[in-house]
Amino acid sequence: MRLVIRSDAQTVADYIAEYIKERINQFKPTAERPFVIGLPTGSSPILVYKRLVELYNDGKLSFKNVVSFNMDEYVGLPRDHPESYHSFMWHHLLKHIDIPPENVNILDGNVDDLQSECERYETKIQLYGGIELFMGGIGPDGHIAFNEPGSSLQSRTRVKTLAYETILANARFFGGDVTKVPKLALTVGVGTVMNAREVVVIITGANKAIALAKCIEEGVNHMWTVSAIQTHPRSLVVCDDDATLELHVKTVRYFKTIEQVQDEMIGRENLGLYGQVAGPLKYKNVPSGN
Amino acid sequence: MTQVDGPITQFYNCRILKDHKLTDDYLYVQGGKIIDPEKMFWDAKRKPDVRIDCKGCIVSPGYIDVQINGAYGYDFSNDTDIIDEAVSNISKGLLLQGCTSYCPTTVSSRPEVYKKVLKHLGPRDGSVENGAAILGAHIEGPFISPQKKGAHELETLRTAKNRISDFDECYGLDNLRKYVAYVTMAPEVEGILDTIPRLIESTGINISLGHSNATSAEASQAFKSGANMITHLFNAMHAFHQRDPGIIGLLGAADSGSRPFYGIICDGIHVHPHSVMIAYYAHPEGACLVTDAMSAQCLPDGFYKLGEMDVDVNDGHVYIKGTDTIAGSIITMAECVRKFIKFTGASKVEGLENATLHPAQMLGIANKKGNLVHGADADIIILDNNLHVQRIFIAGVEATAENVHFNEKI
Repeated sequence: MRLVIRSDAQTVADYIAEYIKERINQFKPTAERPFVIGLPTGSSPILVYKRLVELYNDGKLSFKNVVSFNMDEYVGLPRDHPESYHSFMWHHLLKHIDIPPENVNILDGNVDDLQSECERYETKIQLYGGIELFMGGIGPDGHIAFNEPGSSLQSRTRVKTLAYETILANARFFGGDVTKVPKLALTVGVGTVMNAREVVVIITGANKAIALAKCIEEGVNHMWTVSAIQTHPRSLVVCDDDATLELHVKTVRYFKTIEQVQDEMIGRENLGLYGQVAGPLKYKNVPSGN
Repeated sequence: MTQVDGPITQFYNCRILKDHKLTDDYLYVQGGKIIDPEKMFWDAKRKPDVRIDCKGCIVSPGYIDVQINGAYGYDFSNDTDIIDEAVSNISKGLLLQGCTSYCPTTVSSRPEVYKKVLKHLGPRDGSVENGAAILGAHIEGPFISPQKKGAHELETLRTAKNRISDFDECYGLDNLRKYVAYVTMAPEVEGILDTIPRLIESTGINISLGHSNATSAEASQAFKSGANMITHLFNAMHAFHQRDPGIIGLLGAADSGSRPFYGIICDGIHVHPHSVMIAYYAHPEGACLVTDAMSAQCLPDGFYKLGEMDVDVNDGHVYIKGTDTIAGSIITMAECVRKFIKFTGASKVEGLENATLHPAQMLGIANKKGNLVHGADADIIILDNNLHVQRIFIAGVEATAENVHFNEKI
């Protein structure tokens, strides 16, 4: 797992947006071999999307050959409701960029047969050859997507009942009225996310600090479903200083040192996107002596 | 339902007037209508085909003028023999000013004139070929007060002793149903108050109070009976008196549901800027800017004939020749909006809504005109930050001096 720590939500968002831009551009997607990305909703990703739109407007990134799969959607909320995840994605990202409409996939919470909808979604992901990069946030209870505490770490796309804490957290989008918040949602499973070739988790704010600590410093635990990234071969967590408040000083120092070593001793230009070293290792700034 | 064919145009880099504010967003047009982009994206799986860079400008519905007698040398009441040419050229001229819909207005006339002319002033779609859309005629008079006739001919005025049959005899009820948007009348004229409800029910027209000496009581009664508009507030009506504010006093009714829409000729000449301010803040939701323009609008200063009258046009003023009696205005809607904001300090949103949303609401057509909602006609103007019209679109097609062709004069 890579842990990248930045000062605040904006610099975290900028880092992730740049990272995604590099991943897509280095992948060189085509219509036959598109870049398949998994996308979240929520307040943390809004800044990422804003930066991605800026990169698109500056001509540094195109979504022409990107296929997207969103994590989740409420059940029973009309698609044109301002709080539906379809509306969220339209307003924050889709209307600003050049992604073809047929490339955008979001679960439909208004069909009669929700189970079939979930299976269809999983099948479609498989048809594209799986997800290249899945971006997600984390709930205060450590959940990823709507995989609430107790969700199987092998779970697939399914209908979930929302936890009370989640409903409370979402009430602010429904005029503060908990009775108006949908109680059910369709969500990708923990297993679905972990099947992606890379998982990128954005974690900002002091209210996520406990969740971050539980997910990376303690065991893999279905009560903190993001902890599943511990067994993923390629995961990246990007967080701000506030989110590190519950981490051991040792943990924070270690990951900050990694970046320092990369910058000062190895040189960013000698590293690939995953921090892998290209070619023979050549240190810069090595103190003289043997 | 979105059409699934036809090119989709997206306006971007703009601030759009909607929900009573200017918002940085995109506007989508297809088939001459404003469409719901989310249905376009999710259902039709379409993206815009044409993108128009508005360069940071304001995107507003086109202006709606519900009181205009003529322009470009033509007049709806006097050019009855060349009425089609008059309508055609005025419609095109107005369109190029950014006025995308209007009500051709006729002064008090004899029945034979109405029977001849009304069918040419009826509703008509706007387009680059037609010019501005016509929302139906505004008939001003002849059931008005002789004391407040303004420039109308005394001989044409009349009462409604025989109630609705007088309206039939004068205009033809079928003409009202088919061609007329609203009629101005004076409630104190005999027979009017009784007839208003029947007239509305039978023909569907809107009723406006004007050219009247009505008292407060008569005005309130007329409003309760169904009148919903005041024609050129302050002009040709009983002046405001503190104990009998008359028609003007309707703006001060205690509950907002009892206050009508009202037209204001905002050239600073017909109504003093301070009066505009006072009226506006008494009842902001009802303000409808109008031009009440006459045939010399958009013609150079000089002497012109308005019907049988000689008028002197000079620096925005139109006087009966040799007098200081105002004979009309030559202001445009775009100038009305700018002057309105200057006189009242109101916001751009308020200024624009007075020239778009409110007239549409008065006529009951705000779902299609004057309002950039999904399904509305794509009559759009692009304005710079000083509210000068930069580009004009009618039914989704751009109108310019190059593609709007005036008819040859006979």
